[in-house]
Amino acid sequence: MTPINGVTLILAVPAATAALLAFLPGYRLSARLNMLSAFVTLVAALSLFAYKPEPGPYILVDDLNIVFIVLSSFVGFTTSVFSASYIAHELETGRLKAVHLRFYHAMYQVLLFAMNLALVANNIGLMWVAIELATLTTVLMVGIYRTHEALEAAWKYFILGSVGIALALFGTILVYMAARPVVGEGLDGMVWTVLIQRVVDFDPAFLNVAFVFLLLGYGTKVGLAPLHAWLPDAHAEGPTPISAVLSGLLLNVALYAVLRFKMLLAANPGALAPGPLMVTMGLTSLVFAGFMLYRRRDIKRMFGYSSIEHMGIIVFAFGMGGPLANFAGLLHMTMHSLTKSAIFFTVGHIAQVKGTQRIADIRGLTVTHPMLGWGLVVGVVAIAGMPPLGIFMSEFLVVSSTFARNPLLALVLVGGLLVGFGALFLRLQGVAFGEPVGSTAPVEASYVPTGMHLGLVLMAGVYLPPPLVTWFQHVAGLLG
Amino acid sequence: MNGLAFDVAHLLAGGLVLVSFMMLYQDRLYALLNVFALQAVVLSLSVAWQAWAQDAPHLYITAAIALVLKAIAIPVALHRIIARLGIQRQIETVVGVGPTMMAGIALVALSMVVMLRVTPEADPLAREDLAFALSVLLLGLLMMVTRHNAVSQVVGFMSIENGLILAGTGAKGMPLVVEISVAFSVLVAFIVIGIFLFRIRERFDTVDVQALDRFRGGQQ
Repeated sequence: MTPINGVTLILAVPAATAALLAFLPGYRLSARLNMLSAFVTLVAALSLFAYKPEPGPYILVDDLNIVFIVLSSFVGFTTSVFSASYIAHELETGRLKAVHLRFYHAMYQVLLFAMNLALVANNIGLMWVAIELATLTTVLMVGIYRTHEALEAAWKYFILGSVGIALALFGTILVYMAARPVVGEGLDGMVWTVLIQRVVDFDPAFLNVAFVFLLLGYGTKVGLAPLHAWLPDAHAEGPTPISAVLSGLLLNVALYAVLRFKMLLAANPGALAPGPLMVTMGLTSLVFAGFMLYRRRDIKRMFGYSSIEHMGIIVFAFGMGGPLANFAGLLHMTMHSLTKSAIFFTVGHIAQVKGTQRIADIRGLTVTHPMLGWGLVVGVVAIAGMPPLGIFMSEFLVVSSTFARNPLLALVLVGGLLVGFGALFLRLQGVAFGEPVGSTAPVEASYVPTGMHLGLVLMAGVYLPPPLVTWFQHVAGLLG
Repeated sequence: MNGLAFDVAHLLAGGLVLVSFMMLYQDRLYALLNVFALQAVVLSLSVAWQAWAQDAPHLYITAAIALVLKAIAIPVALHRIIARLGIQRQIETVVGVGPTMMAGIALVALSMVVMLRVTPEADPLAREDLAFALSVLLLGLLMMVTRHNAVSQVVGFMSIENGLILAGTGAKGMPLVVEISVAFSVLVAFIVIGIFLFRIRERFDTVDVQALDRFRGGQQ
């Protein structure tokens, strides 16, 4: 009998709710239950701060993954609140039917379960299975509208995601092969806490090859260029709550897997330094996505590219390594998750009320829908990295720590940031302040999730609470 | 491991690579499915042999899954889907057979060089299994990028999976192999169901300029 604690709850609650939601007719009840379950999961996740169970062969809770778990449970909860109002509108306009919604709600909980499982997994095989499950559920949700475009997006995501997953599995097998002569056969050879203690004696050549496969495999899921092709389509064609969860959470989960393996490599003196690989991929994604932002015509697709840009910055920061850059990476990851999901909440309502995702057809929002318009303005100002919001702070830290160590890289970094900055404001100009076009019908939107996220981002920009700073510094130290 | 066990395992793993090459030059869908079924049979023999040689009875489950699901159920299902949806039975290739085969040979050479170079310490069976597994994986990837048709892409993906199962079972004592192979089978099953439900006849990038225009221009 497993004792009931935070870890069992964050896994059992979503799993049980998913099973229940699969049989519940009536979307109002389902949406509420979805919210309730996500809330309970959030509370359980917060309880991990107070009590951490001992690491076992399958489950591990340490200071690093608590950050990820709490962040993903929080965004999972706020997204479920947003999803309730979004979904009601989709049902009215007939884009989704009741049976689709039942499926959608069950899948949403399965996704939360899979992401939590991937985050608490101490076993690299279990982690792989969980990420595979998360991929599968998001594929199903991206294709839920069944339009030609949605199916193409889902198929592309499916094929690229599966290939990424396959490469990651090969890397996982190689890590086990590297561990076997030292750790011995059987379960221990895949337990991360055992691996990190004994990794010094592993054959470095094996680890190097393994890491290349793992970085390419999980990197596909992070959306790093040149493996990002699935990401903009999946963001543009799926339901907007899923875009928010993809950007805000799933990319982080894949990144978390990369970080765990990076820590293994960093602990082995003979292995290649994982940093330069990650720095290169991060910078490529940043610069590439920055330029790609200019020619976007679909608003959700544009913010999909912006996610590639920001994941590039985060991977770059973790690749640079060291306490300051890791701290900046963690902070940026948190800020990006909060801001990007807030933007998708707003964009979701905007696309619903205007009936289109084409940027050219959405104009003058601050006049027609002041709340949505100004929400979007604040979100874009935040994501572009303007003071006094949180992303400014984390980007500033990334840039300044890079300048101190490698000014040339910092120049590329700043160049990429400015390119993206320009593109975002160019588009925002028309969307928020242009001549009003299209429907001016009032919208039944829930502003609470957006407000909460942007409020937190603003707070982080103005004042970071000292306990949070010490926590992040400690985790940054762990990451090496 | 004694000489005979080693040789048989080697033979079966090499057989998988050979069958991967056979898939590269098929130009009809039904023939491709038959070759894939053959690969699954070879895989299941190889896994069963490993189960016997390593004295690891749980691997028989993986072997059984490979045999029942991949050698029988999925090829049969895909046969029916092709007939039901009226999918074109010729396989359109992006590159001709000659260059594809040359690329395949280069990939196998590459995986031999990489895997054998980095693993001089590991035991011989495991390292050669890994080299073969990587070859199967890369050949599967090659097939996915050189084919236009959704069904043959899926077959390419499943052959990648065969390579991974080979690697997983070759790694002696690896935990969770059975669970991982089950998880993979679920993935594959979903792909096949997806093709049927969503009636994906071709890969989406058609030569129909209007379809392209609708997606690239209208939606971006």
